[in-house]
Amino acid sequence: MHKPFAITLDVGSSLANQTGSWRSERPVYLDLLPPCNQACPAGENIQQWLFHAEEGSYEAAWRQIVQDNPFPAIMGRVCYHPCQNACNRAEVDEAVGINAVERFLGDEAIRQGWSFEAPAELTGKRVLVIGAGPSGLSAAYHLRRMGHDVLIRESGPLVGGMMRFGIPSYRLPRDILDAEVRRITDLGVQIEVNSTVTDLEAALAEGFDAIFTAVGAHIGKRAYIPAGESAKILDAVSYLRDVETEDDKPMLGRRVVVYGGGNTAIDAARTAKRLGAEEAIIVYRRTRDKMPAHDFEVEEALEEGILLKWLSTIKHVDDGKMLVEKMALDETGFPQPTGEFEELEADSLVLALGQEADLSFLEDVEGIEITDGVVTVDRSMMTGRKGVFAGGDMVPAERTVTVAVGHGKKAARHIDAYLRGTAYQPAAKHPVATFDKLTTWYYADAPHQQRAHLEGARRASTFDEVVSGLDERTAKFEARRCMSCGNCFACDNCFGVCPDNAVKKTGIGKGYAIDYDYCKGCGVCVQECPCGSIEMVPET
Amino acid sequence: MSSSTASPSAAESLEVTSTSAVTVHGPSTVPDAGYHMGVVPEVVHDTPAATPVKFYQVGSFAVGNRLLPVSERSVQSDPKRFNSLTSGHRACQGCGEALGARYALDAAMRAADGQLVAVNATGCLEVFSTPYPETSWRVAWLHSLFGNAPAVASGVAAAYKALGRDEIRVVAQGGDGGTVDIGFGCLSGMFERNDDVLYICYDNEAYMNTGVQRSGATPPAARTATTQAVGADPGNVFGQGKDLPRIAMAHEIPYVATATVADLHDLEAKVTRAMSMRGARYIHVMVPCPLGWGTASCDTIKIARLATQSGLWPVFEAEYGEVVASTPIRRQVPVEEYLKGQKRFAHLFNPVRRDEVIDRLQAQADRNIRRYGLLPEAASPTLPPIAEEANA
Repeated sequence: MHKPFAITLDVGSSLANQTGSWRSERPVYLDLLPPCNQACPAGENIQQWLFHAEEGSYEAAWRQIVQDNPFPAIMGRVCYHPCQNACNRAEVDEAVGINAVERFLGDEAIRQGWSFEAPAELTGKRVLVIGAGPSGLSAAYHLRRMGHDVLIRESGPLVGGMMRFGIPSYRLPRDILDAEVRRITDLGVQIEVNSTVTDLEAALAEGFDAIFTAVGAHIGKRAYIPAGESAKILDAVSYLRDVETEDDKPMLGRRVVVYGGGNTAIDAARTAKRLGAEEAIIVYRRTRDKMPAHDFEVEEALEEGILLKWLSTIKHVDDGKMLVEKMALDETGFPQPTGEFEELEADSLVLALGQEADLSFLEDVEGIEITDGVVTVDRSMMTGRKGVFAGGDMVPAERTVTVAVGHGKKAARHIDAYLRGTAYQPAAKHPVATFDKLTTWYYADAPHQQRAHLEGARRASTFDEVVSGLDERTAKFEARRCMSCGNCFACDNCFGVCPDNAVKKTGIGKGYAIDYDYCKGCGVCVQECPCGSIEMVPET
Repeated sequence: MSSSTASPSAAESLEVTSTSAVTVHGPSTVPDAGYHMGVVPEVVHDTPAATPVKFYQVGSFAVGNRLLPVSERSVQSDPKRFNSLTSGHRACQGCGEALGARYALDAAMRAADGQLVAVNATGCLEVFSTPYPETSWRVAWLHSLFGNAPAVASGVAAAYKALGRDEIRVVAQGGDGGTVDIGFGCLSGMFERNDDVLYICYDNEAYMNTGVQRSGATPPAARTATTQAVGADPGNVFGQGKDLPRIAMAHEIPYVATATVADLHDLEAKVTRAMSMRGARYIHVMVPCPLGWGTASCDTIKIARLATQSGLWPVFEAEYGEVVASTPIRRQVPVEEYLKGQKRFAHLFNPVRRDEVIDRLQAQADRNIRRYGLLPEAASPTLPPIAEEANA
């Protein structure tokens, strides 16, 4: 080739110079465990379903939820959303309203009539589930999707357990509950109501391959309080149950006192108010900040005109009045009597002092161990009796609907493995996407979208749902506030910020790949990844 | 069921007033944008803070956004972007200039539909991209001398004009040494003649290629090879150096803008804006240099972001000598946070903390904030607390 004067080499591209050889560390993509997922008692992949919801793919989002939890519409109302307490966005502005989006998706599923996918193949194995509460229904749902035949025996007249008999309808409308249970029976799960199992061995002898017991905790704890003969005292669990099942709603009189500081106490007081009590007073022996009830429930109760009486214990109950002793907190924060008394006018007293499980049907079963009123289970949720598993409020755990649903899922996986003669090994957990791994600069400022509430005075007289849902626009907005912690959301930042063009797009939805021929290992992509899903690892 | 009585604040806020960094221009009222013909046209004052933009929570500041229509995405997010400066170049790890040059030229290539000639001054960018006989450029590229890039570009533009090839656009580029010092006379002439060239300066605040010597763009107090951190006033002196964007504005050329590699959307918008005009245009881009500044190679973008958020690096644009828009500070930081990450300023914190110097630099930042209105809402800037004390 003829070349100009003093030129001896052909023109070449710098692509011949593979600068990847300079590198001592290489960037690699990874998925981390988002804190919301980590906190979810039902093990939902929240980040993933929000990803679908962001795009407006609501059915895909809903199908992602029901991989883990068959009750999105119920969860969106009654879950205490530990996910939101863990949300990294709280450190930027406010936590993502995960619960509100879940409710939108759950309601959308009911509106659109989405149903569960039938099991791919049936195994012919039979599983008995005792109790149609959140835990039993969840286990039945998962077992059915794995192809087993499932029968639920429920001692009550209606399904739902504490979702029906514990949670008032102003928090969980019954048509929502019914719709989400119906989807499970549509899947082929059989439910017998008014069917109390009293003999576990006899049930096993019927030919079930495994049993999951989830009978809940439906007995209200009593405390000894001296009382006159005509004093009207009842427990909150029975009271809420009667409200739900009896045609003649229990009438408690003009002034009702509820004794206790948990969520059930709040529910009982708010229900009494809705059933016509002019005044409902919660008496609690410690202070508001020590109350086990969730703060938002206390707030809602106050808005509805419920009165709260702190640092008080009830010493004696008579017809129309009760004697209350004032308490004072000692240095350790424990309430001590002061010797000061006062009289409180009241027509009835509702005790909301906690619940216990009725485990009499398990007492004589060999191998089953009951400690402190709950059944001991191993890591696979199995009791001491082979093939008998337990979950929900009757085993040692926090007593919430979501925990119960999580128990159902976990037990179902172990029962499935048990039925197949294997052991279920949960996948190793990814490291958590903590806030320090994020580069939050890249997330636009976006205020949290509030769900509307009925006004306190107006709602206190009806059982209409207190909290409204988000509409589609606001739900999508809220979903888009998700920072996708630890999981690539295709923002193109790594692709854009590489000074060496060493990041390649591998196709829509397929993410990115590093071209190690040219990557110099500068680490800009790692530093500028908004969600922390790239890390540097040393070259070997 | 009763309807709700509280108003959901949500619905209308899907489109909200942006306080983000994207600068959006209205239609120009200048009939022949680019040539003022001795008559300075009325300048349209766009206020970016009041311009409604679509509000996407995820990816608004990132390079791409899968939720946006493809046509609204950035040039850099396009898998088929030009890569005007391709792989295999010899720039250091984490080079801000390599990044800035690709951002700017890819945007210019798109705006010119690939009909672009780039003239390069001597400097890092020229050296690391074209070791004989290789080139990293995928754009028609021309290098002559250190000091004559603006003059060569003027000549190229004149040649194409003579040939009647209006569609071929000319960009000149150089580092801060080639621009504010060595090529300054040529550049001022190019401005003064209003030659049809977009000149882009990639400012890394010293002569890095030859071993980090001070330039007219080196900030006060910075340590360089020629302004060592020794003596009573270590580092570069206060009161010297040139503010070239303001000198360019004084020429009343059609367009002057500043930008950084930390805000890609802003940089692309400015290049695109400049390419829509004719005449002399100037963009001054901050491109941090890990080698010369003593920063970790991964922190190139972060350090540029801190420069803008401290107010030390005002991001604005000007037309015909007047500032028409500035990018508000989003998360203000004290200058200390910017300085601390850089070894060239380490002598301000070690072995003793030099408050009087830090205060002087803070005063400079505060002056920029006032001059360019970088904190439109806050009457008096409130600074967030500093994360940790200087290591004494």
